Amino acid sequence: ASVSESLGNIRPWLQKVTTQAKTTDSKYFTTTRKGEIFELKAELNSERKDKRKEAVKKVIASMTVGKDVSTLFPDVVNCMQADNLELKKLVYLYLMNYAKTQPDKAIMAVNTFVRDCEDPNPLIRALAVRTIGCIRVDEITAYLCDPLRKCLKDEDPYVRKTAAVCVAKLHDIDPLLVEEQGFLDALKELLADSNPMVVANAVAAITEISDSAQTDTAADMLCWSGQLINKLLTALNECTEWGQVFILDAVANYMPTENNEAQNMIERVSPRLAHANAAVVLSAVKVIMKLLEMLDPNSDFVLSTIKKLSAPLVTLLSSEPEIQYVALRNINLIVQKRPDILKQELKVFFVKYNDPIYVKLEKLDILIRLTSAANIANVLAELKEYATEVDVDFVRKAVRAIGRCAIKVESAAERCVSTLLDLIQTKVNYVVQEAIVVIKDIFRKYPNKYESVIGTLCENLDTLDEPEARASMIWIIGEYAERIDNADELLESFLEGFADEQTAVQLQLLTSVVKLFLKRPTDTQELVQQALSLATQEADNPDLRDRGYIYWRLLSTDPAAAKQVVLAEKPLISEETDLLEPNLLDELICHIGSLASVYHKPPAAFVDGRGGGQVAKATKGLPSRLAAEAGGAAAAAAGGGDFGAGTGAPGRPAVSVIPTQESLIGDLLDIDMSGGATAAAAMAAASASTNQQPVDLLGEGLDSLLGGPAPSATSPVPPSGASAAAGGSGADSLADIFGGLGGGVGGGLGGGGGFDPPMETWLPAQKGKGLQIEGRFLRRGPQLSMELRLRNNAMQQLNGFAVQFNKNSFGLAPAQPLAMNPLAPQQSVTTLLPLNTKGPVQKMDPLLTLQVAVKNNIDIFYFACLIPMYALFTEEGDMDKRVFLSTWKDIPPENETQFNLGSYAHDADTASTMLRSFNVFTIAKRSVESTDMLYQCVKLTNGILVLAELKIVPQTNAYTLSLKSRHVEIYPGVHEAYLAVLKG
Amino acid sequence: MIHSIFFINNSGDIFLEKHYKRVIPKSICDYFFEEVTKNSSPENVPPIIQTPNHILISIYRAQMHFVAVCKSEVPPLFVIEFLHRLADIIKDYFDEVSETSIKDNVVIVYELLDEVLDNGFPLATESNILKELIRPPNLLRSLADTMTGRNSTVSATLPTGQLSNIPWRRSGVKYANNEAYFDIVEELDAIVDKFGGAVCAEVHGSIDCLIKLSGVPDLTLSFVNSRLIEDASLHPCVRHRRFEVERLLSFVPPDGGFRLMAYRASCHGNLPVPLDLRHTISFKQASGNSGHLELTVIPRPPSGRQLEDLVLTVPMPRAVSGASLVASAGKYSYDTASRTLVWTVGRLDSQKGAGSPTLCGTLVMQTGAPVPDCRPSILVSFSITGWTISGLKVNRLDLHGESKPVLHQKTSKYKPFKGVKYVTKAGKLEFRT
Repeated sequence: ASVSESLGNIRPWLQKVTTQAKTTDSKYFTTTRKGEIFELKAELNSERKDKRKEAVKKVIASMTVGKDVSTLFPDVVNCMQADNLELKKLVYLYLMNYAKTQPDKAIMAVNTFVRDCEDPNPLIRALAVRTIGCIRVDEITAYLCDPLRKCLKDEDPYVRKTAAVCVAKLHDIDPLLVEEQGFLDALKELLADSNPMVVANAVAAITEISDSAQTDTAADMLCWSGQLINKLLTALNECTEWGQVFILDAVANYMPTENNEAQNMIERVSPRLAHANAAVVLSAVKVIMKLLEMLDPNSDFVLSTIKKLSAPLVTLLSSEPEIQYVALRNINLIVQKRPDILKQELKVFFVKYNDPIYVKLEKLDILIRLTSAANIANVLAELKEYATEVDVDFVRKAVRAIGRCAIKVESAAERCVSTLLDLIQTKVNYVVQEAIVVIKDIFRKYPNKYESVIGTLCENLDTLDEPEARASMIWIIGEYAERIDNADELLESFLEGFADEQTAVQLQLLTSVVKLFLKRPTDTQELVQQALSLATQEADNPDLRDRGYIYWRLLSTDPAAAKQVVLAEKPLISEETDLLEPNLLDELICHIGSLASVYHKPPAAFVDGRGGGQVAKATKGLPSRLAAEAGGAAAAAAGGGDFGAGTGAPGRPAVSVIPTQESLIGDLLDIDMSGGATAAAAMAAASASTNQQPVDLLGEGLDSLLGGPAPSATSPVPPSGASAAAGGSGADSLADIFGGLGGGVGGGLGGGGGFDPPMETWLPAQKGKGLQIEGRFLRRGPQLSMELRLRNNAMQQLNGFAVQFNKNSFGLAPAQPLAMNPLAPQQSVTTLLPLNTKGPVQKMDPLLTLQVAVKNNIDIFYFACLIPMYALFTEEGDMDKRVFLSTWKDIPPENETQFNLGSYAHDADTASTMLRSFNVFTIAKRSVESTDMLYQCVKLTNGILVLAELKIVPQTNAYTLSLKSRHVEIYPGVHEAYLAVLKG
Repeated sequence: MIHSIFFINNSGDIFLEKHYKRVIPKSICDYFFEEVTKNSSPENVPPIIQTPNHILISIYRAQMHFVAVCKSEVPPLFVIEFLHRLADIIKDYFDEVSETSIKDNVVIVYELLDEVLDNGFPLATESNILKELIRPPNLLRSLADTMTGRNSTVSATLPTGQLSNIPWRRSGVKYANNEAYFDIVEELDAIVDKFGGAVCAEVHGSIDCLIKLSGVPDLTLSFVNSRLIEDASLHPCVRHRRFEVERLLSFVPPDGGFRLMAYRASCHGNLPVPLDLRHTISFKQASGNSGHLELTVIPRPPSGRQLEDLVLTVPMPRAVSGASLVASAGKYSYDTASRTLVWTVGRLDSQKGAGSPTLCGTLVMQTGAPVPDCRPSILVSFSITGWTISGLKVNRLDLHGESKPVLHQKTSKYKPFKGVKYVTKAGKLEFRT
């Protein structure tokens, strides 16, 4: 890897330049002559300065066009001592190119570098230190520590600022060296530099180092005190625009301890909203959005701040399209979090003819989010215009948007439906199909209201060639079979091509035929039999077969029950679609302006964060409002020091999330299947890929209905998407492993349960002045708690208990103050302290250490305990097989580590069940030569994903565990968790 | 931050690349080309592309893609802003951003690339500073170089501005004629529906300056009606506090040309779109393969002003293979490749009774093609000088800070020549039909 490689790429037309260019540079690009090298050598050693410079230029030119001039190395390096800056630059360029290939010769240059670092001209000192970092040769790096150290303390800020970046370069080459030499501390000192540009560069370097840090010291570098933040905010006003972005992004990680501080920070950041650089504006928006969360939402200050945010966001939309795109993706998050900010600005999201398609699609999304009864007329008129545009994707989305308007604003539903009918009249194929899909949703939302349009829909039956549109149409026919005279004929016509349909359509067709039969049993018996036999006998797809059997048995045993199940009233669909899950939204708000905000995915999902990732990430939790009393109490309990204030989390309004359009069909199917299930359960069914709830419901329902075992019913019905993947696109080699798995494994597990570890003594009475504390960590459903048994061995009453946690790796903090009555002598009390993971984060060593302080009327006591890793496994570990696959592949292979777990009596299914109760999710299972492989996934409270492959050899029952995660340091903990669970 | 930068032209050649850390092989751009082929036009290539190990962030400008390769989480706007800045610098140096201008000056561009980023962090992006470090090519210089025997493009002095608290201004500026020019350019973005009503309208303005003043001048620019400025993006040189409180621009300017402020003007109430358009476009007619088109422009300029550079562009559906029209003023052309009708009307002098120019005639439809269902939008561009649509007006420009005696010489206070120009242009102005 070298400069010559990159320079080589410009060679072909450099040669063209040689012939064409009129610039003075062109004369260096002449062809080689014999003896040229020899001549150059002579010139390089010439007495005359200008001659030497000319010679170096020729050398560089030769190098650029690919000639080997490495033999001139000593002569060129000699020229380095010249005081001419241009000459120096050229020599440095030469060095960067050849140092890698000739490390032994490069050492010769070291002396000059060292000398240059002490040159009286700061520009030369800076240039030398800048070049040091670019020479990625191990033999040299060691020599350069001393000069670098001097430059970090240089009197000239220009040199210091260059040296700060050089530390980051060096860290990239040799992180250990940087730590050993104390450069990290030197860098930290620069944060307090008097020159704002030095500060900004130090912040940038520290951010980069901590992002890729492998050790605690490096990773911790971003934990800053309020005092330092204050200094940074002062530097903010005076540094370059780029420096402002670095500082704002770093400041965003800081969580102020009190309201005044937050308010003060907002005031100092807000002037950045008027900056010409869009990146500065968006970073300022991030800091403000995050801090606003801490303040009373109804205070004048918050309301006026929110007002201030709207204009700059709108202004971003008048910039270049690329900037608009990033701005729109972020605005999408902001309007979900705080809809008030832009509710008056609907019109700026109107789509212009010349907008690039990626801007158009984003604008449309936001338009729908801002739609309300007050502005629906404007929006609808716009959407109608868009539906006649040229770009197919955009038109489709516009048609869907009309449907979403109808669902969102009831008063406008009728207008929306008539608009859709107008569009159907255009007979443009994809418009018609899209319209039918959304009309199905409208029927769901407003049952028995717009059935008059069914006739029009049926006219277009023949033109539907997309599965989603076909499935939607079939659903409509089934749902309103009693009003469509020729429903049986229509369904029959679909049934003719049953085998060629996609699974989603087949499943829907089956259900609709059964519905029809239940509504008109007299004349459709033949049809239903045909459908059932197609599904059960001729289909390969297990989902389809299973559903066929279920219907068959239902219909044959108890038609009344069948009616109850199949024709049950459906839960209403929610108004808002495509909302982000609130926790994810909060996380993304903390990442406004970053790639995460563009992808709408947490950073852990796509960035290789390595060690520091978790620290950086966890500190980016959205702060909750500080309850004044809790803060006070905490401060008292902790007596200042490292203990942060407790955070009282106000309940967030629950937002029910309905899945995106793609899974709506699955949604419909599942809801039909689950019969009398509550809306919530049905929603959950559709949103999670292999959620057990509806299956359980169905299983129970069937058991009671049939009064006998229903083998097929115990396998869960995955949504169509998953089975399509199982069908195998053939593109992924790994996909084959999972092929044919069908329904997946691990269905119908009893949730909860788990085992409770024995209590450990955390604070012996001798140390606690009579107070003895035993404790353990428990997880009950999603709630993580610490169970404490406090015993008073002293002679007096103990009271005034309070508890505080130190910063820890996973941000564990008490969710509420310790509720304890006074403790009489010799009394012991067991109490449960609910925990959350919103506390301050600092990576501990060992990772799982938790330092606790307990206060009472006697004293404050400190003790440390270990958090069991399994207590940090969350309910959200389940994922789709395809996601699992792609995640597995994304993680670099070197991160994979194997553990021998020993042997256990359990078979794979039992093991899977046991692990499942600890939120270890089995995503897939496969057997190779009677060896069972379980593919499992765990998600930790801070979002880290751990993928596992558990290999079980049946004869010996030997368990082998392979772990794969971006954060290798958690492996020991996960390993122990597995051992603990498997041992019971 | 930024690991590498690639310059890619419209035919898919990577014609320049620069790496700031390890060399990243060109093949990374394959992911980019994949997106290019997916999209009908280069404008539609998404600016952020995720690949397994890298993230590609690109801008499209002057028929070129500027692609930055990043490895870790970066603020994408930071990279996008930087790439635009890079293009601005190239424009500033060589008067235009184009493949040719870059290729013709590859050595300087390469030097620039080396200077703008260090380890992927922006190093020097202010044109004023860069020009002190790397001198731009110009005729004068090459003449001077020949005569004095100097031929260095790189300066040997420390760019002092980089360290002062006004990093945007180079030091030791001296002019014989001190001048300050301000161009206030407003752009009207609007969508007009087929009945002539404005669906939405916005005014974006910018104040571009060309300042040639000696020493370190401190300027104050105030407006007659500053309340019209709804939201402003200020050049770093503007003192934010004074703008907040007094609504005036107080600043020490960079030397040369720069954008002092961009703003959005409030347009509560109705904006006067300075022209009206009557249009009938139909693709089917009783007689054979021809459609019909009739466009009439009804100018409504503010009194005493004229519409200039009036151009109407109509992107037609694919089925329109040609046009046979008569223009009462200006010229029209039909580009069969892009299926675009362009009618260049030019200047409309309302005094001389130019009236309402029309373009009228038939559209040739492809034989056998179905009658298109879409209704094309008409994109309009124009300019009016001496007038701002928002009504924003400069009150006065004051010069401070150059009145102190310099080095015991007599005062160097000078009276600069000041000029303000107002222009209103059409931005994204479209009429729906």
